[in-house]
Amino acid sequence: MAHDHKLEIFRGLLKFKSNTQKIWGVLIFLTFVTIIEVALGIIKPESLTHSSFLGMKILNWIFIILTLVKAYYISWDFMHLRDEKTSLRRAIVWTPVFLVAYLAFITLVEADYIYGVFKNGFVTWNF
Amino acid sequence: MDSTVATGSEENVWGGAGNPLGASYGKLMMWFFLVSDALTFSGLLAAYGFSRFKFIETWPIADEVFTHVPFFHGNYPMYYVAFMTFILIMSSVTMVLAVDAGHKMKKNAVIWYMFLTIIGGAIFVGSQAWEWATFIRGDYGAIETKGGRILQFVNTDTGERARLADFAKTMPSERVNHESKNGVWFYKGEALPSFSVNEVVAGFKANPNITIRTESIVQEGEAQGEKTLLSRSEALAKLKNASEVVEGANLIHNEYGSRLFADFFFFITGFHGFHVTSGVVINLIIFFNVVLGTYEKRGHYEMVEKVGLYWHFVDLVWVFVFTFFYLV
Repeated sequence: MAHDHKLEIFRGLLKFKSNTQKIWGVLIFLTFVTIIEVALGIIKPESLTHSSFLGMKILNWIFIILTLVKAYYISWDFMHLRDEKTSLRRAIVWTPVFLVAYLAFITLVEADYIYGVFKNGFVTWNF
Repeated sequence: MDSTVATGSEENVWGGAGNPLGASYGKLMMWFFLVSDALTFSGLLAAYGFSRFKFIETWPIADEVFTHVPFFHGNYPMYYVAFMTFILIMSSVTMVLAVDAGHKMKKNAVIWYMFLTIIGGAIFVGSQAWEWATFIRGDYGAIETKGGRILQFVNTDTGERARLADFAKTMPSERVNHESKNGVWFYKGEALPSFSVNEVVAGFKANPNITIRTESIVQEGEAQGEKTLLSRSEALAKLKNASEVVEGANLIHNEYGSRLFADFFFFITGFHGFHVTSGVVINLIIFFNVVLGTYEKRGHYEMVEKVGLYWHFVDLVWVFVFTFFYLV
């Protein structure tokens, strides 16, 4: 068990005196991110929903990136990945990242193809 | 073997004995499980993405589905889910504080933090049950067409959704709800909705201020991103295809739109809720062990750390479910 904790977040921008303090700091940050997400989800600013980047609405990009940010801090600070050995951390993180990226790519591209078939093909389904 | 005892030199790190990854066997196995479980959840969410991309122009808008807060009337999209998210993050925090207290061998602090974690988990599961109940009971009611599509009703005066009860006519009909207490030979039967298709159609014709909202999402123009509103004549033509009245959602019918949406909602949040429930149970077991002093005698609180990993994982999954089900 690693008893020594790395007590900095944001690449050393923010240093905490104890592990307990760091936990509360991370909580504040996660809450802040969630509040931003929910506020954007309720307001849905038109500038973000009516514009897109790489085929997806800017708003959805923001949601997904903020989610990954939250996931990073949950796993790094709550699950103590920050304190684990680099080899263990990489084995845990990169395995799912590659597999999920591949799976998401395949399913979404295929689904988009089927969407095209439904839209342009000779099948009536929306009646 | 005795000859391969790790000496700390580079060559012998993987030679047996010692922990090359700096984590105990139990923790490594927990990570194995969590990674594979993460892949299971990714599979479910990817399947959700598949169905959603397939029906990207007709998928229900989550904001319009989950609009309720317990004890409050009115339209509050997102607030309750945000509250649930916060509860889960909060219980994650108390869990990590319990782990921290365990490192310092503070038994009473561990007990209290574990207790708070369990309470947080219970509140979350309760909230989820309430969400399910609300979703299943339904809101406004809708008509399902022969093609399996959903037609919802809107009041053109206010621009708000109209309940079936607001405009449907009551017409005498012979069919009554069968109940087991009334029939000797009764086994089962389809429950009747509050209104028949004929009553809804007649009510629609009698109320000129009601129109239909289809599943299709407007792709361009001012109303982009909203569901399509039909004119009265288009709506009347659509109603010729009406096949049944749908109230609420289950695995077969869904008044909110695509039935796949309901299926995935039940499956994914159900699977996650099952994880939370089992997490609460495991936390309870460890909690009692802490109270009994098991880990005090053992000399370390690593068990708390291991269930802590599981608990944080449940929180981590929820962060993704929250995004892909409610936000995006």
